[in-house]
Amino acid sequence: MELNELEPLDETTWRYAPRGAMRVPVILYAQRGLVEAMDQKVLEQAANVSTLPGVVGAVYVMPDGHWGYGFPIGGVAAFDPDRDGVVSAGGVGFDISCGVRTLTTGLRAEALADNGTRERLADALFAHIPAGVGSRGRIRLSDAEMDDMLAGGARWAVAMGWGQPADLERIEEGGCMAGARPDYVSPRARERQRREMGTLGSGNHYLEVQVVDTVYDPNTAARFGLSTGDVVVSIHSGSRGLGHQIGTEALAEMWLAARAHGITLPDRELACAPIRSETGERYLGAMRAAINCALANRQILTHLAREVFAESFPAARLELVYDVSHNTCKAENHRLDGQERRLYVHRKGATRAFPPGHPDIPAVYRDLGQPVLIGGTMGTASYVLAGSPGNERRSFSSACHGAGRAMSRRQATRQWKGAELIRRLQAEGVHVRSPSARGVAEEAPGAYKDVDAVVESAEAAGLARKVARLRPLVCIKG
Amino acid sequence: MRPCPTHWEHLEHGADIGVRGCGPGLEAAFEQAGVALTAIVCPPDRVHESATVTVDCEAAERELLFFRWLNAVIYEMDTRRMLFRRYRVTLRDHRLSATLHGEPVDPARHRPAVEPKGATFTALRVAQDAAGCWCAQCVIDV
Repeated sequence: MELNELEPLDETTWRYAPRGAMRVPVILYAQRGLVEAMDQKVLEQAANVSTLPGVVGAVYVMPDGHWGYGFPIGGVAAFDPDRDGVVSAGGVGFDISCGVRTLTTGLRAEALADNGTRERLADALFAHIPAGVGSRGRIRLSDAEMDDMLAGGARWAVAMGWGQPADLERIEEGGCMAGARPDYVSPRARERQRREMGTLGSGNHYLEVQVVDTVYDPNTAARFGLSTGDVVVSIHSGSRGLGHQIGTEALAEMWLAARAHGITLPDRELACAPIRSETGERYLGAMRAAINCALANRQILTHLAREVFAESFPAARLELVYDVSHNTCKAENHRLDGQERRLYVHRKGATRAFPPGHPDIPAVYRDLGQPVLIGGTMGTASYVLAGSPGNERRSFSSACHGAGRAMSRRQATRQWKGAELIRRLQAEGVHVRSPSARGVAEEAPGAYKDVDAVVESAEAAGLARKVARLRPLVCIKG
Repeated sequence: MRPCPTHWEHLEHGADIGVRGCGPGLEAAFEQAGVALTAIVCPPDRVHESATVTVDCEAAERELLFFRWLNAVIYEMDTRRMLFRRYRVTLRDHRLSATLHGEPVDPARHRPAVEPKGATFTALRVAQDAAGCWCAQCVIDV
């Protein structure tokens, strides 16, 4: 990205002043090297978002920002319904409520010290957790169960026996997104989900067994249940076929709705509808149902992981640290121009990161700030962060979501061979299982930005502070 | 006038993959884009033609029709757990009907790499060049 049009506000904050049809500025958070490496399209896309009706404050780009469709990935934008604000399916993404959860296991790294043990655990997880194209879950939902799942989220899953009640207090929204409208979810979206509950998916989705290799904030880490040398499990997955179908249907519907409402779109992918319109309300109701689908899916995947650990390590106890979603639009209260406003905050490839004391953080963590879980890339690290004080005025309390891609899938497959990469990772102590060698090559750790630099930037910019760093031992890739 | 070779290709995108199908007519371009979609998952020649599925969709605009066509194929791939090697498309006014030839996913033989989640409006274009050849393209979210 060209830096000459950006005004540096400090070492990790860059402002792109409004011009043309832009209603608000774009603010990028990242150290200079990351901004220079970002595709110019990121700025172009963020500037396009800033032209949409009702956008307030600024459009923010997180340190892991990269070229998406319509909205940049790592993009945050808030819209005020009282100023004709809009909701955009492209601002949420197709994998609605894609997210990460991390669980402690009670095991220490010594329990997985030898290669044979890690191999056996990798095989057992890969055999038990459906992953990849064409995989089917063991659960088949009836129409009534589908409605209950879409309304109840992880609460439904726990009531069905896939989890424990204590899990719910460590999930955003208490495990159940309010305002979901299962009746707005189309028959085709339901059909895509009927046999996909408890499946991991493909692409960048994974289940990893990790070890805490560094603790930066011992007090917060201890409260999260983490100390150096602990074994944890992290799951990255979303709303599967249901969310994808809702996203694609809404995109076409919103394109027509934008035209009907006289909204000028700089990019068709920014198709949107006024929040207070039938199309907008229908999308929000269906999207919230998809959030519940993702929460239920990660809950079932957790249950499957618990079953494997119960068999392999009877002493293990998998307890949830937290569950975050990073593709959402949520109605939240924020102070704007000295006033409390109800805003619709789109986070696409960005994590909510409420600061310490925020009432929507579970009581057990409220004084610490919301846990923010940063996904890894098989070979590199994942991070646990906590929302920083004062981040509301910096990013509507948002932080990054992962490393962010640095190159295309095609470039990655030209540079790496899957089988060789799996061997190399194994030599480094990371045991990868995947139905596809090419899929592994597309997700090569080198195809991503430097996650350490991304997290350093998020901390330096005052978005979220580092708590612990996690290193992979076993990775199940879809 | 130069001939219009029937072919497909993938386009670069930062996070996802673009598909482009080209041919002498709109129907051939749509068919080839279908093959490009399969090739996101695995090499199309790994897919046997043991079953057929029919698909219908419509849209008043050509590009919206292409978007709906690819999403209809993705829906069939996902709900039937199938891959398709060959596509036969017929267009009449704003309506598309197609026959998809393929088979259920066999993870051991197909080694599927990644699942297409949905067609997007990014790089969406359906156009005829000066020589009269048609190409249809867009980015697929994976």
